[in-house]
Parts: sequence; structure tokens; C-alpha cells
Amino acid sequence: MTLGYALTIGVFIGIFTILTVSLNILTGYARQVSLGHAAFFGIGAYSSAILAVKCGLSFWAALPITIVITALVGVFLGLPSLRVSHDFLVLSTIGLNFIVVAIFNYFPFFGGSMGIIDIPMPRLLGRPLSNLEYFILTLSLVFLTVLTSYYLSKTWGRLAMEAMGEDEVAAKSMGINVPKFKIYAFAISSAYAGIAGSLWAHYVGSVFPHNFSFDRSVAILSMLVFGGMGTIRGAVFGAVLLRLIPEFFRFVENYRMLIYGGLLVLMIMFQPMGLLGKGSFIWNGIESLLSRLRSRGMRAVE
Amino acid sequence: MLIWQNLVYALVLGSTYALMVIGLTMIYGILKILHIAHAGIYTLGAYVGLFILLHLSDNFWVALPLAMLASGLAGVLIYRGMYYYMLTKPRIIPLISSIGLFIALQELYRLVAGPYQKAFPAKFSFLSIKTEYLIVTSKQMLIIVLTAVFLLALYFIINRTKLGLGWQACSQDIEMAGAMGVNVNRVVALNFFIGSALAGAAGVLMALYRNSVYPTMGAVVAYKAFVVVVLGGFGSVTGGVVAGLLLALVETMLGSLEWFEFPRDAIAFLVLIFTLMFRPKGLFGR
Repeated sequence: MTLGYALTIGVFIGIFTILTVSLNILTGYARQVSLGHAAFFGIGAYSSAILAVKCGLSFWAALPITIVITALVGVFLGLPSLRVSHDFLVLSTIGLNFIVVAIFNYFPFFGGSMGIIDIPMPRLLGRPLSNLEYFILTLSLVFLTVLTSYYLSKTWGRLAMEAMGEDEVAAKSMGINVPKFKIYAFAISSAYAGIAGSLWAHYVGSVFPHNFSFDRSVAILSMLVFGGMGTIRGAVFGAVLLRLIPEFFRFVENYRMLIYGGLLVLMIMFQPMGLLGKGSFIWNGIESLLSRLRSRGMRAVE
Repeated sequence: MLIWQNLVYALVLGSTYALMVIGLTMIYGILKILHIAHAGIYTLGAYVGLFILLHLSDNFWVALPLAMLASGLAGVLIYRGMYYYMLTKPRIIPLISSIGLFIALQELYRLVAGPYQKAFPAKFSFLSIKTEYLIVTSKQMLIIVLTAVFLLALYFIINRTKLGLGWQACSQDIEMAGAMGVNVNRVVALNFFIGSALAGAAGVLMALYRNSVYPTMGAVVAYKAFVVVVLGGFGSVTGGVVAGLLLALVETMLGSLEWFEFPRDAIAFLVLIFTLMFRPKGLFGR
């Protein structure tokens, strides 16, 4: 494996990490299960591509605008969640994914099935970024995502979202503005997905409607479920592991969606909290190991 | 007359929707599970039918019952192997695993049978209509008549037999039905069997009609069938059948307008979202 190839894999792992961490806010914290996350990803990628190709904006100018656009679209597409809940919300998000892809496919503004091509590499100091620099850019955006979402997980907002996810009526009676926090969750999650989309569009250089199909939403959700819903470590772990496995075992590539589907079934049946989620057997093991080490350390000090 | 011809197309399309929706709506009525993998059974039916045609007999009337039997058994297997352990969990869990299973099934078909479209070489003879106003091919006729037969049989089962009574009891209150001596497990398993057999039949009929079988043939049907379930008002078989025919009619009419090229599937989903938002009990729901 050459360095350039490893960097490419690294960039894609970074993009999917951002996506999983963002889905974690919506599905892990607020418990609004979404199978349309690829639509938000796609909206980010398309708006970044259009801003770059048709308006001639640089990556650095397009990124903040993309974030704003995807957040606004998130608010709009989050509206069904106010009326529809649980399993029917999942159906609606699936529907949203199909509708968004159909819109990309249909309207000439989005390039139809030919997509948008010739998206330039971001430039810094007058020359395009190299592979390594792009990897560093991705990595720093991943760090930014993880950091801000960690901050979010320490705020009152996350508590409100979790309360709302557990029991809407109870949350309402405690004075939590449920619609507001649902829309927040959609907007924040969508904005992060916009960052991922922007990174994807400028790295691959082209966007096509089928890049953001429903299968991709399933892949993102199974990464999150595999790693552990409701925790950032689980989201990161799931994305990294499920993107890495096919790279090491080439023959797996053909079975990728089979594995994603199968994993989704098995994990939900036997380990609904994922491998590193709260209360999963691995995390329990790690925690007890840590506490034993800590107490041994205390004794040594004494 | 173009309108009558379109009506025939709509009836054929609506027949497959109706056959798909019966299983879904009965399962949702009793277990409150959105059974996405139902479309995996639909594809399974088509592949089993194809296998029988290629290796056992090229007679359609042999392939159809065997494919329905295999689909029915697969449906029971899905219930006993998966949903059975999730009945007490939040409803989101069977839904997610159902989607996972559906994706995995599609991939399995692709790996086993190859990603290509295959022809469906069934031999049968059936009446057809050919006048200067209207052409109904024997395939279209077969689909419409068979669907009508299945629907009548189902109507008889639900309203005239003990099994049907058990069904109705379970869909009203499954715990109470159990307490009254209904064998709930058997009722639900039979429910899965019949629903899946009908889905398999839908798969075979669609494969015959389009003369093609391919791994992702259930992909859009999977979600679109739920549009019909939602429109039909959740758990009502009659409502589902009517909604299926209606959706097929609207789709066919829109599809026949030449200036209107927006994908039909996306329209169905738009209808789904708006129905859920503004008529959460479904179009025909009480």
C-alpha cells in the first residue's frame, strides 16, 4: 500500500467519521432514527460543488456557506419529525432520501444523472493542496467535529435531547421545548453532514446522484449502530473499523453491503448499544479494567 | 381509447401493490412491525420461480405454487428467527433489523444469482382480449384474474374461517386473544405464511410481466408498499387494496403525461410524507 493510497483511505475514513458523529447527535442523543443521512451529505456535497463550479467560490468560502445551507435544509427536512415519530419517522427519512436523489437526478441545475464534474481541489498559498495536506485538512475538521460534538454532549441541550428521546411527554412536562430541540438536532446533524459533503466533493472532484443513495444512509447507520449509539467514541470507532476492514481484506469489498446489512441485524438483536456503547460487554470490560488499575495505583501511592 | 388502456396498466400495477400490501398490513395490524424485508420475499418468489422454470418444469402453473410455498416458509422463518425475539422491544428495533435483513437479502441474491437481469421463460396459455379499442395481453389478464382470485380467497379466510376470527381477535388485542385461548403463535406464523406467499406470488407475476428477474427488483417496492400501507390506514386489508389500486392509477396517469418526467417513485414518497404529516391515521383510517 503506497502512502498516497493510505492518505486517500484516510480522507474517506475522516469523511465517514464526521458523518457518523453527526448522525450520533440526531440518532444517538435525540433518538430520531434517520435513514436519510446520505441526503444531508449529498446536499452538502452538491451545494459545495455548485458554489465552486458555478459561482467560482474557493473551498474556504464555500465551506461556511455550505454549512449554513445544510443547516437550513436540515431545519426544513426535520419538520416531519414534529408530526411523525418512531418507525414512521424512519419511513419518512427513507422517503426524503429518495426524493432528494430524485431531485438531483431530475433538475438540470444539479446536472442530472451526469452530475457535476471538475470541482477544483482547494488552494492554499496559490497552489492546490497536496494529498497529504488534504488529509491534514480532513483530520483537523474531524477533530473540530469531535470536539464541538463533545462540547455539545456536556451541555444542557444534550440532556434535553436525551430526555425527549426517552419520553416525549415526560420531557414536555419538565418544561423542555420538544419541537425546538428536535429541529436543533436535525439542523446540527445536517450541518456536520454538510462539512463531510464539502470534503467529499472537493476531494473526489465530482458528485453524482447515486453517490448519496439510500444504501449510503444504511451504511452510515450501521457504522453508528456497530460502534455504539449515543457515544462519540462508538461513532468514531464504528466508522473507522467498518471503513478499514474492506481495505485490509480485499475480497470483502464484494460483500460490503451484505456485511453492513447483516451487522445491522445481529448488532440490533444482540448488542443494541454497539461494541463501545454504554453497557456493551467490551466497554464494561474496559471500565472495570480501568477502575482496577486506578485502585491499584492508589494503593501503590499509599 | 388511451384511458381504458391506461386503466389496464394501472390495474396490473395495482394488483402487485395489493398482493404486497396484504402481508404488510396484516403483520402491522397484529405485531405493529414495519416489515421492510417483505420485499426480499417478493424477490425470493421471483428467483424461486425462475429456478423451477429453468431446472424442473417450464410450466408456469408448477412454478407459481412452489414459489409461493417457498416464500411462505421463508416468511415464517423470518418471524421465528428474528421478529419473535423482538416483540417486547421498542418498535424501532425490528424496523432497523428488517432493513438490515432486506439489504443483506438483496446482496445474497446478487452473490448467488449474479447481478444481471434474467429473462423469465414461463409457458402458459390464458385468455386475452384484443379489440380495436383495447388490448389486454394474456399476461395482464392472468395477473388481474389471479389477484382477484387471491383476494376473494383471502376475504373468505378472514370472514368465514376460525383462522380469520383468530386474526381479527389478535389484531384487536393480542394479549387478550391469547388469554381467550387463541394460539397466538400459530396465528401470527400463519399470518406470515400467507402474507409472504402472496408477496412471492407478486414477485413471480411481476417477473413474468416484465420478463426479468434481478436482485434489486424489490428495492423500490419495499418502501413504496409502505406508502400504500400508510394511505390505506394501517392494518386495514380493504383500505390497503383500495389504496394500492389508487396509487397505481395516479402513477400511471402521471406517467402517461409526456411533459411530466419527475420520477414516479419520488412522488409516491412525497405523498407518503404529506399523508403522515397531515393525516397521520392514513387516508382511509378512522
